[in-house]
Amino acid sequence: MENKMRIELDALPENEGFARVAVAAFVTYRNPTMEEISDIKTAVSEAVTNAVIHAYEEKGGRIVIRCSMQDDLLHMEVEDSGKGIADIGQAMVPLYTSRPDLERSGMGFAFMEAFMDSLEVKSAPGKGTCIIMEKRLGNLPWAADGE
Amino acid sequence: MDDTFQIIDHYLMIRLPEEIDHRSCREITRKADALMLDEQVSHVVFDFSNTKFMDSSGIGVLAGRYRKISCFGGKVYVMHADSRMKRILRMSGLTNLIEFMD
Repeated sequence: MENKMRIELDALPENEGFARVAVAAFVTYRNPTMEEISDIKTAVSEAVTNAVIHAYEEKGGRIVIRCSMQDDLLHMEVEDSGKGIADIGQAMVPLYTSRPDLERSGMGFAFMEAFMDSLEVKSAPGKGTCIIMEKRLGNLPWAADGE
Repeated sequence: MDDTFQIIDHYLMIRLPEEIDHRSCREITRKADALMLDEQVSHVVFDFSNTKFMDSSGIGVLAGRYRKISCFGGKVYVMHADSRMKRILRMSGLTNLIEFMD
C-alpha cells in the first residue's frame, strides 16, 4: 500500500518545528522506533532550515514537502523555489558553509546523509533546490506488526 | 527571571531548550554573547538536561562559543547530553574541542 502526503509552508524559522513534527506524525502508523523518528526529524530540520536560510536568505518563500510510504520505505522530498546551489559537491562537503557569518556548522547535508539511507540533491542557480531522501523503517522484527 | 542563563563561579551555565534548531539558536547565541562580554565569564557550560532534539544549528552555536571563549583561554563544557546528543557532537568533530562534565 502506498500512502502519500504533501504540505506547503512558508519558509520561516517558526515553521521548522512544525515541518519535522508533521513528517514524524505521518510515519507514526508504521511504528517507527524513537531512533528512526529522531533521524527523520533531524533530516527534515536540516532540509527545511537550508531552504529558510540559504535558498530564500531568510526573506521568506514557499517550501513543499512531499512524503510517501511504500510499505516500509519512506520517500521524502523537500523543495524550494529559491536561489539554488551552484556547486552541489562543495555544498555537501562536511563543515563547508556558505554562511560562516551565521555560524552555520556546515553539517546539514552530512546529517541528512548520516540519518537517512539515501540523499539526492537536485539544484541549479535560480531554479530552486529539491532534496530527495529515503529511509527504510521498521527493520526490527516487532515493528509494523500485523501486516 | 528565568534560569536559562546563570553565571556561577566564572562559569556561564546555559540550560539548553528542549529543541535546539535554527530558530531557538538565534536567541541562545544573542544572549550568550551578551553575557560572555561580562569579564566574570571564563568558561561556558552547555546543559543538555532538557534537550530532546538538536540539529546542526546547535553545532554552530557550540563551535561559535568555543571560538570566542578559547581566545581568552576558556573552555566549553557539555553536561547531561544523552547518547544521541553525544553522537551528533561526535559526528561534527566537536568532541575534540569540548569536554564532557558528567
